[in-house]
Amino acid sequence: MRALALFLAAMLAMPLAAQDTLPPAPYAYQQLEDPAQEAKAMELMHTLRCLKCQSQSIADSDAPMAGDMRHQVRTRIAAGEDPEAVRQWLVDRYGDYVSYEPRMTASTWPLFAIPLLLLLVAGAILWKRIGRRSEGGAGELFEEADV
Amino acid sequence: MRWTLWVPLLLFAFFVGLAGYQLSQPKDEFIHSTMIGKPLPVFELKPASSSLPGVSTADFRDGKPKLLNIWASWCLPCIAEAPQLEALREAGVEIVGVAIRDKREDVDRFLEAHGNPYSRIGADHISAIQLEIGSSGVPETFVIDGQGIIRHQHIGDLRAENVPELLENLREAGQ
Repeated sequence: MRALALFLAAMLAMPLAAQDTLPPAPYAYQQLEDPAQEAKAMELMHTLRCLKCQSQSIADSDAPMAGDMRHQVRTRIAAGEDPEAVRQWLVDRYGDYVSYEPRMTASTWPLFAIPLLLLLVAGAILWKRIGRRSEGGAGELFEEADV
Repeated sequence: MRWTLWVPLLLFAFFVGLAGYQLSQPKDEFIHSTMIGKPLPVFELKPASSSLPGVSTADFRDGKPKLLNIWASWCLPCIAEAPQLEALREAGVEIVGVAIRDKREDVDRFLEAHGNPYSRIGADHISAIQLEIGSSGVPETFVIDGQGIIRHQHIGDLRAENVPELLENLREAGQ
């Protein structure tokens, strides 16, 4: 019984990180009634960056501002907005910083292009070497002893 | 000796140089609003204090540039910037406040203790206006021109040297 009381008390604990004394926004800690919408909101919240605690997503953070951001995400999705439109709404205000979803932009395209380029170069080198060896006959890829 | 042997070393030197350059640059940890040059959202906030009216978008469209100060009574740097806001008010600047996640009695107590430079203060209980204008903390001060367009953002508490800067920003916004 005592353990149950303690457990219930722990369930009711308020986040310690809160600096203000106001209760959290209505949808900061409450899920949406529609499970499909809640799943969409949750998926989006895991890819949005908390502005107060910059290595956490807003889904992970107990900062009051992250709670207010979750409230915005949930109410907008409940109103029928597309998750990507909600992301764009935040990116319009805070820049790419707020999103963990990588995007191809004028400054990020080398991150996508360089691996492709390196693969091509590696492929070309391999092609050249293997081609040269099979031509040579004696310089087969595998020596007989290896097989 | 083939010249291609030097390529990996040159690449390595390039990355060391790049890392060294980036390390020597001052780090900017602020998240700047990307709403500069854009209009304020349409909003209406109830009064946050007992003495001053609330805030709506229309209050910013009277042709006169103003400061929009995002603050809270629970925010310690907001106490530090109170004298600077007072100096701006004495210079004839209208300062509109938005109190984030704040209670009326706490706001009243803060104004009593640290002075009241505001013409109005709106209550934003769920940081909605803060998120709308791309502000990521308290205190932040925005310069809003007479048409309600966001012209400048100052992140963090105002220091003495920021007062002339903001006056200059307000003058530019008034042109």
